[in-house]
Amino acid sequence: MRRLILIAPVALFAGLIAVMAWLLLGAEGGQRDASTIPSALIGKPAPDFDLPPVNGNIPGGFATADLKGRPTIVNVFASWCVPCLAEHPLIARLAEEGHAVYGLNHKDQPEAAAKWLARHGNPYTAVGADIDGRASIEWGVTGVPETFIIDAKGIVRFKYAGPLTPNLIARKLMPVLEEVSR
Amino acid sequence: MIAEIGQFALILALIIAIVQAVLPMAGAARNDAGLMALASTSALALVLFIGLAFAALTHAFIVSDFTLAIVAENSHSAKPMLYKVAGVWGNHEGSMLLWVLILAIFGAAVALFGANLPPALKARALSVQGMIAAAFIAFIVFTSNPFARLDPAPADGTGLNPLLQDPGLAFHPPLLYLGYVGFSMAFSFAIAALIEGRVDAAWARWVRPWTLAAWAFLTAGIALGSWWAYYELGWGGWWFWDPVENSSFMPWLFGTALLHSAVVVEKRDALKSWTILLAILTFSMSLLGTFLVRSGVLTSVHAFATDPARGVFILLILAIAIGGALLLFAIRAPSMKSGGLFAPVSREGALVLNNMLLTVAAATVLLGTLYPLILEAVSGGESRVSVGPPFFNATFAPIMVPLVLAVAAGPFLAWKRGNLRTIAHKLIPSALAAVGVIALTFALKPDGPALAPFGMGLAAWLAAGAIAEWAGRVSLFTAPGASWRRLAGLPRSASGMTLAHLGLAVMIVGITGASAWRVEIIDTLPPGATVTRDGYSVTLGNIDEGIGPNYRFQRGTLTVARHGTTVATLTPERRFYPVAGQSTTEAGIRTTWLADYYGVIGEPAAAPGERAATDAWTVRFYVNPMIPWIWTGAMLMVAGGFLSLSDRRHRVGAPRRAAASATMTGNAPAAAE
Repeated sequence: MRRLILIAPVALFAGLIAVMAWLLLGAEGGQRDASTIPSALIGKPAPDFDLPPVNGNIPGGFATADLKGRPTIVNVFASWCVPCLAEHPLIARLAEEGHAVYGLNHKDQPEAAAKWLARHGNPYTAVGADIDGRASIEWGVTGVPETFIIDAKGIVRFKYAGPLTPNLIARKLMPVLEEVSR
Repeated sequence: MIAEIGQFALILALIIAIVQAVLPMAGAARNDAGLMALASTSALALVLFIGLAFAALTHAFIVSDFTLAIVAENSHSAKPMLYKVAGVWGNHEGSMLLWVLILAIFGAAVALFGANLPPALKARALSVQGMIAAAFIAFIVFTSNPFARLDPAPADGTGLNPLLQDPGLAFHPPLLYLGYVGFSMAFSFAIAALIEGRVDAAWARWVRPWTLAAWAFLTAGIALGSWWAYYELGWGGWWFWDPVENSSFMPWLFGTALLHSAVVVEKRDALKSWTILLAILTFSMSLLGTFLVRSGVLTSVHAFATDPARGVFILLILAIAIGGALLLFAIRAPSMKSGGLFAPVSREGALVLNNMLLTVAAATVLLGTLYPLILEAVSGGESRVSVGPPFFNATFAPIMVPLVLAVAAGPFLAWKRGNLRTIAHKLIPSALAAVGVIALTFALKPDGPALAPFGMGLAAWLAAGAIAEWAGRVSLFTAPGASWRRLAGLPRSASGMTLAHLGLAVMIVGITGASAWRVEIIDTLPPGATVTRDGYSVTLGNIDEGIGPNYRFQRGTLTVARHGTTVATLTPERRFYPVAGQSTTEAGIRTTWLADYYGVIGEPAAAPGERAATDAWTVRFYVNPMIPWIWTGAMLMVAGGFLSLSDRRHRVGAPRRAAASATMTGNAPAAAE
């Protein structure tokens, strides 16, 4: 009996190690990332939407059909969102590198958005004004900024919620972009 | 160049650690004094080389050497110097290096101050330290090299996480590691004792000061972390039962139990196997915490960037260290002879109760922390749940109530056999204080939660008990004339205990007040507007913008009035760090003895089509009654720990075995702890 009590800690601990090992190496082969909440859209066609332009001077708007034929990036932004401004130069760099970047202007006033794009530059192939946020709901947007990658067939392949950073682009975004461009 | 020296030093340290792990252990087995003496030499060499590696890394951060990947990713040339240095341990690789540096410092301390330890015990304990050091240095060298170069080097770094750019957090990890790693001493001595098959008072006398120091550092580290979370994260809370917080709390609970059971081994030669098991479990919890934070199996604000290879490596260390220790325990513990017998009502009995309750509390926290992981594994990844504060509050608090009741009674009890009637008599001041405070709290706050007055009463019970016991020892009431003389003769460890128990009482006041009578006001306000609720009115003044050392900020002014009189003006900030692309909130806090007024401004609320977005701001305002008492209590506990540590008995160290048993049988005053 006393033996049994003394062995109990080892046995319990062995079970614990098994659980940990499964979590590290198990079903998802070590690829499990607890911090990403998978988007329901990944692997599914981009939702149906049709957005008007912000105003006459800014190229836009765009609709589901525009996201087919080549890989595209959809960036959800707003003029009132400070992190969007932070990631804006990075979006511009992605556009300079030749990627088609579409801007989904989330719950913004057209004048404010136009002024913001005039001041900070407009890297977007086209901007769609989602004034009432209806299209954002279709996209499952939970906050701004968010960034999606859509492949040539119009299938959503990647989603990131939050401002992009150089590190993140190099580590997460680029591999997906290279894969869909192939 | 300097970085290469650092890397070279680290690899040399690995070799030294392996030597330290193998040769002294063999020497102790063959009773070879030369090999055993190698333990001290290698422990000193180890601290030298790890120190060199650490200095090299620190140098790279100070001069912003962006050819090192770790510096480029975690630092920036525009960062204030304090955070450049703190950046050394603000990332996975550097913090592991700090971890082994502290481990080596503890090992060197044994080598330097352990002259009067039995040579075999010292050699074996240092050898176990060497094994731990070798495992973790190998982990650093093979999976987390801090000296990896970047080619081409970037022009500037990507900055430290701005949340971590805070003085409180700069010192949080070193303190926490001093605690975590400090428990490795108790672990190493426990393993050494298991190998020797002998645990005695001298052993406990050696282990206790190390445990006490580790415990005091860990207490300070946890308190500092909690304080940081309180003022920096902007949620107005001070403890979130976050898995990473829990993984620092579990070693604390086990360590507290160990601290008390080691007293029984030292004074009464009893509870030996149990104390050994506690020593193993305490350090195991430190290792488990290290694993949970760094393997990526759970997510938290504290978690480091993850890599499956690292997780596997730490899991292996965990399996070998803890599994091996527990197995050794299962084999050797039955041969351990237990000494002194004691009645259930006695000082020993009270300490056993303390141990049982603390262990159950730690097991509860462990279960709550790991349950989501276990469920995920058992269900094959299908079920993901999160266990939150409701579970911990419902299970943890009921365990703490009997513990606190017993903490007041324990110190009054005599060793071996206590007398219930005497105890009841001595606890009369506590009972009176508790009843008085409960009645007073009911009268002052009749509309609060019904349990709050009892929380206050519990604190009064403990505080009155601690003070009465201390006063009794110095005869404060019976012979006040002799008090000064008696105080001078009182062991510092006794006063340390009183102080730590008082700290616990003060902390209970803070916890009760902050959770029972908190006022929360959340609203969207344009500048100039006022919100009035629960007797408080909060006015948002102008929003100013400005530029700090490496961030831009927006600063709001919140004027707080109670029943028409202004009680506080708060200036919360939102800071935006362009380099990292992140925003942080800086709460505006005004502290009084009775409460904190705590205000935060959020993002400008977006209201499309109605008005310009920046016109309205999310304002959160809290009144947290008694909350400063939580950290005051923690500081008292730390002070108590260090006061006890300064006791002459500890500084003199462990007398040789023969001498120890002589004093044990001679005049063992039932005083001290």
